[in-house]
Amino acid sequence: MYSEKVMDHFRNPRNVGEIPDADGVGSVGNPVCGDMMTISIKVKENKIADIKFKTFGCGAAVATSSMITELAKGKNLDDAMKITREDVADSLGGLPPVKMHCSNLAADALKEAIKDYRGKKRGKKGD
Amino acid sequence: MRQVYMDHTAGKPVDPNVIDAMKPYLDRFYGNPSSLHSFSDKTRKGIKTSQEKIAQLIGAEKSEEILFTSGATESNNWAIRSLATKNQDKGKHIITTSIEHMSVLNVCKYLTRHGFRTTFLPVNRQGLIDLETLKREFLKETTLASVMYANGEIGSIQPIREVSQIVHDNGAYLHVDATAAIGQLAIDVQDEDIDMLTISSNSMYGPQGIGGLYVKSGTPLKPLILGGGQQRGLRSGTENLPGIVGMGTAAELAKKETSAEKNRLSRLRDALINQILENIPYSFLNGHPKKRLPDNAAVRFSFVEGESILLNLNMAGIAASSGSACTAKTLEPSHVLRAIGLKHEEAHGSVLFTLGKQNTDEDVKYVLEKLPNMIRRLREMSPLTPKELIENV
Repeated sequence: MYSEKVMDHFRNPRNVGEIPDADGVGSVGNPVCGDMMTISIKVKENKIADIKFKTFGCGAAVATSSMITELAKGKNLDDAMKITREDVADSLGGLPPVKMHCSNLAADALKEAIKDYRGKKRGKKGD
Repeated sequence: MRQVYMDHTAGKPVDPNVIDAMKPYLDRFYGNPSSLHSFSDKTRKGIKTSQEKIAQLIGAEKSEEILFTSGATESNNWAIRSLATKNQDKGKHIITTSIEHMSVLNVCKYLTRHGFRTTFLPVNRQGLIDLETLKREFLKETTLASVMYANGEIGSIQPIREVSQIVHDNGAYLHVDATAAIGQLAIDVQDEDIDMLTISSNSMYGPQGIGGLYVKSGTPLKPLILGGGQQRGLRSGTENLPGIVGMGTAAELAKKETSAEKNRLSRLRDALINQILENIPYSFLNGHPKKRLPDNAAVRFSFVEGESILLNLNMAGIAASSGSACTAKTLEPSHVLRAIGLKHEEAHGSVLFTLGKQNTDEDVKYVLEKLPNMIRRLREMSPLTPKELIENV
């Protein structure tokens, strides 16, 4: 059912965990629908210096979370914001159609984390 | 790597004795049972013998009361549509339960779109219907109740004898889907007073693609499949000979083995369930703790999702199944898990192990050895897991 790449990321997920003093945190999904992920980022010089995820969900949910951490690490924030769900699925060698919508939330979680970081930064400037 | 198959509700291997019995009906005895020549004597006899063996297994009075279908889905479709429509002059109300197989539920829903009314009985947390509620739901127009013998997903066994009493007191017919129970529990259609019983061949280690419907003499029946008038005009289509003979042999073996195998499987099941519940925190049993199928160990784990557990099990060579949304075509958790009152997030963490003939104590031990680490690892990854749980394990 899953590509070898998906299974590789499921077996050995990259960057699992949470960053204790994260600069931005994004959570999407809902345990009710069966998938939920949280991505935390550390930003240095407008680049994603560190990124970690925690995911409750199926194989696709875990693999997409793991993949986005690889795609995003080291990117500047504007480029990271441009990563789409399709980019994540393509990097994994595709996802089963039924999983494209329900379990492919990692790109959204990353965007939320970056927005969170930017929101906080704006807040600080305003102080 | 060790391979452990614990998905017997989804599919069972065909017993070697069954295969041996089927073989001659593929190459030596092929005469169409409807033909007149001597090639057909043997095949007609094969069908008759198979009916007798199945009748013996379920305690039917006459072998003619056994009809063959393409499987349990057809049997359920046939029984319900036939009884409902044949009796519609008397009334158009059906009673069933909310945890039936889709081949029952969808037929009832179909009939509902065509002028019938259906009551879907709720079940309690253990998956059992309430007999008082059943009594209350009967109307003058109720002609049929369809209640499963046992549920394959949570293992719960319904009190069929009491159900049958209530249904008949109210002048209705009782159809029982015994797909999950047949071959595991001793069923007696006369003693339990069942009018129609759905039987699956593969549930008894017979081939797939063949099933049966027991119809008690005198029960109104009309055909679902029309054609050349085989099986006394009730179910057309040239008989699936190897399938029928295989199913008969499977029933014969089940009759011999059910009682011993029931005890053996129950012991393995209890070992599996008890040690999972004991060794893995926040694990729970789905279904009834005692009134449950011998093969059924249905459990759920908080904070993790079923498909992820299945993939982990599969990586360790263990085949199990899940009522989880993500494994199905729809994204909704199984209707059975919802009906027993599980919240979506609880239902999502469910895993179903169903045991079978070839499973041993070593298989159970192997699963118990592998499972706790898998759950721990997934919980470490899950944002839902409470912090103290990760630190403590």
